[in-house]
Amino acid sequence: MNDAVLTAFGLVFDPYVLGVMLAAGAFGLFVGAMPGLTATLAVALLVPITFFMEPIPALAAIVSTTAMAIFAGDLPGALLRIPGTPASAAYVDDTHKLTLAGKANLGLGTALCCAVIGGLVGASILAFTAPLLAEVALKFSTQEYFWLATFGLTCAAFVSTGKPVKGLVSLLLGLFIATIGIDIMAGQPRFTFGSVELMGGVSFIPAMIGMFAISEVLRWALGSTGGRDKTAPVRQATGAVFAAVLPVLRRYKIGLVRGSIGGTLIGILPGAGADIAAWVTYAISKKFSKTPEKYGTGHTEGLVDASSANNASLGGAWVPALVFGIPGDTITAIVIGILYMKGMNPGPMVMLYQPELLYAVFIAFFVANLMLLPLGWLAIKSYGQMIKVPREVLMPIILILCMVGAFAINNTVFGVAVMLVLGMIAFVMEENGFPVAPAILGLVLGTMIERNFMQSMMKADGNLLAFFDRPIAATLGVITISIWVLVAGGAIHRWWRGRSLTTTASSSAE
Amino acid sequence: MLRRTLLGAAAAIAVLGLGFATAEAAYPERPITIIVPWGAGGGTDATARILASLMEQELGQPVNVVNRTGGSGVVGHSAIATAEPDGYTLGIVTVEIGMMHWAGLTDLTYEDYTPLALYNEDPAGVQVRSDAPWETLDELLAHVRDNPPGTLNASGTGQGGIWHLALAGMLQNAGMEPDRVPWVPSEGAAPGLQDLVAGGVDVVTCSVPEAQSLIDAGRVKSLAIMAGERADAFPEVPTLSELGIDWRLGAWRGVAGPAGLPDEVVDTLVPLLEEIHQKAEFRDFMEGRGFGMIFLGPDDYRQFMADSNEALGGVMTELGMAQ
Repeated sequence: MNDAVLTAFGLVFDPYVLGVMLAAGAFGLFVGAMPGLTATLAVALLVPITFFMEPIPALAAIVSTTAMAIFAGDLPGALLRIPGTPASAAYVDDTHKLTLAGKANLGLGTALCCAVIGGLVGASILAFTAPLLAEVALKFSTQEYFWLATFGLTCAAFVSTGKPVKGLVSLLLGLFIATIGIDIMAGQPRFTFGSVELMGGVSFIPAMIGMFAISEVLRWALGSTGGRDKTAPVRQATGAVFAAVLPVLRRYKIGLVRGSIGGTLIGILPGAGADIAAWVTYAISKKFSKTPEKYGTGHTEGLVDASSANNASLGGAWVPALVFGIPGDTITAIVIGILYMKGMNPGPMVMLYQPELLYAVFIAFFVANLMLLPLGWLAIKSYGQMIKVPREVLMPIILILCMVGAFAINNTVFGVAVMLVLGMIAFVMEENGFPVAPAILGLVLGTMIERNFMQSMMKADGNLLAFFDRPIAATLGVITISIWVLVAGGAIHRWWRGRSLTTTASSSAE
Repeated sequence: MLRRTLLGAAAAIAVLGLGFATAEAAYPERPITIIVPWGAGGGTDATARILASLMEQELGQPVNVVNRTGGSGVVGHSAIATAEPDGYTLGIVTVEIGMMHWAGLTDLTYEDYTPLALYNEDPAGVQVRSDAPWETLDELLAHVRDNPPGTLNASGTGQGGIWHLALAGMLQNAGMEPDRVPWVPSEGAAPGLQDLVAGGVDVVTCSVPEAQSLIDAGRVKSLAIMAGERADAFPEVPTLSELGIDWRLGAWRGVAGPAGLPDEVVDTLVPLLEEIHQKAEFRDFMEGRGFGMIFLGPDDYRQFMADSNEALGGVMTELGMAQ
């Protein structure tokens, strides 16, 4: 075990890997700082490049990119009032009003320091829990995996942003796409219409690249977000970045701890990523604050909670991804695809076969978050230059990278077709208020649910009670079903109340 | 900068010139692609990559490995068979070519390929948890025989896959119904073995190299291999023949091209592959990973595929897995 840790240190502290992390970090900062380009998109664009790398630099590159991108999303948030990634949306009013008050350095400095601390806490929790959970996960059979995946889907439908009904529709679409291809239980082709390519199913990485990147390119090309970032004046953060931060951190140290731990836990939940972590912790912070009325007016208290939470969630999301092969957010959904591509099936076996790989990921998280401090500082100082890159240059480059990525996975044009079709579907969905993340989770978890359900049924000869036979499976099952009952009960309760109060304002039912 | 551009241009012209000069020269004059019908990182992929790197050294042309996965191997096998038969697209054909058409998944058979060289064969093994109560295969089979059908279950690949066939054939040759131990389909040996360790299934009939890391980790033990003689890499594991069961089944891998490869290509590649097979580098790799080594040239390989096809078809029909 200690040997594996030492090997992992050797693997990460290699000039090539560190160089890759530095380059990936700069890339992540750039993408995150571009309004509309998310951290998930940054990872999707990395896919074709990681294809040519060994597993360790590939994973380190992703870790570094995401840690930087989530912080970089705060830059346009503070300076232009446009969050660079959805994860910065929760506190954009606070950071922007600080900028208007001439305190951009305080807002961004706080965001940067909290991101680093949150990221380190997330990494520690990941490093501590993943090996322990992996030992437990070795005892997991198909029944346990069925419940885990079902729990993931439940979260995906209800935790996602927007209306639950639209989340559910999106989820069902993902589940449908997951059924395309040869069914591994009976060996029968489904929805392939005689196409040999479709027999292999809809490959997951081209689908993701399409849904995250192509939809964004389309949105830009059709002018949905056009012009916004041109009209806003670019303000520059001047003066010392860190000077004023220390007193803030000392004053809100409870918020810092609460945000970091809360963010990590939300990251661990399947389907909930950095953006939800930021929203939830911001709300919690406001609830417990002595001065809730100051939130949204350029106050640093909520900023401390939420900006540490969104970075902390990144580490949390890797826990279920590495231990169970269930993505904690959309970023780790891509990571799982890359792991499979590299021939490493995520799951408890990784701990037995390649423990050094797990440790290398943990170390990469610590390194990336420490790198974030100087790189983030540079980004704050040079943001004025970054934002000048014209979209007319950026978007075609993104499109080309997507094409290369989708092609490289299987060396087939079919991958490019999958990417384009799903990109268009995702564009139409988002334009109509349907979140894309549940579809992605449906796509990843659909196969898993079906397979584990069928395998369990075959073992038990069709007896449904088998899902409660094993103690861990029974516990997971009870938790999942309780969530359904609670949600359904809540909905019925609201409907009942809404009916009895039809004459009065119905807004309270929301 | 300018100097570098000029140098680059000069090099490009030189390469082009060379290309023209050797346009009439011997195969191969440009990069070769090897299609692997299975995923990167798996056994087939690993053997293809070591072959490709050694071919590259000998041929002086890049040899690229391309994974065309999915559809239980149908997608990649189709890609090899339908490629231009010019010697620049080759592939690794695996045992499944003799199974997919019986199962009704494709029309492709071994006759759609030009066989070059068979380089690997791994017999199926019988693996159980290391804390399982059976020390020998006889004890395991006795347990199956003395208990009602469905008491034990097994896994290791998809429904009707090679290791499912291995189990069914073994049970039948031991005088039992082939489905007395129900098959739980999995996406391959690795997930099947994971479920074995987790206690979800009782037996996994994959090849021994696939179970190697878990055997080393002390979680799994191998009771027998379904071969005529013991494997060099696992001398302590007995064979089914020794236990009095007449049943042999293994997975194999070979290099092939689309049907109708020119003689020039075959005459270049076959001696080359035979030479690679003798190389210490290749032997060390194969033995290190526990892959069984075998070498058959084009004619023997074709006959081998024909025999394999017949045998698999027969068993699949008997077991009701053929369409």
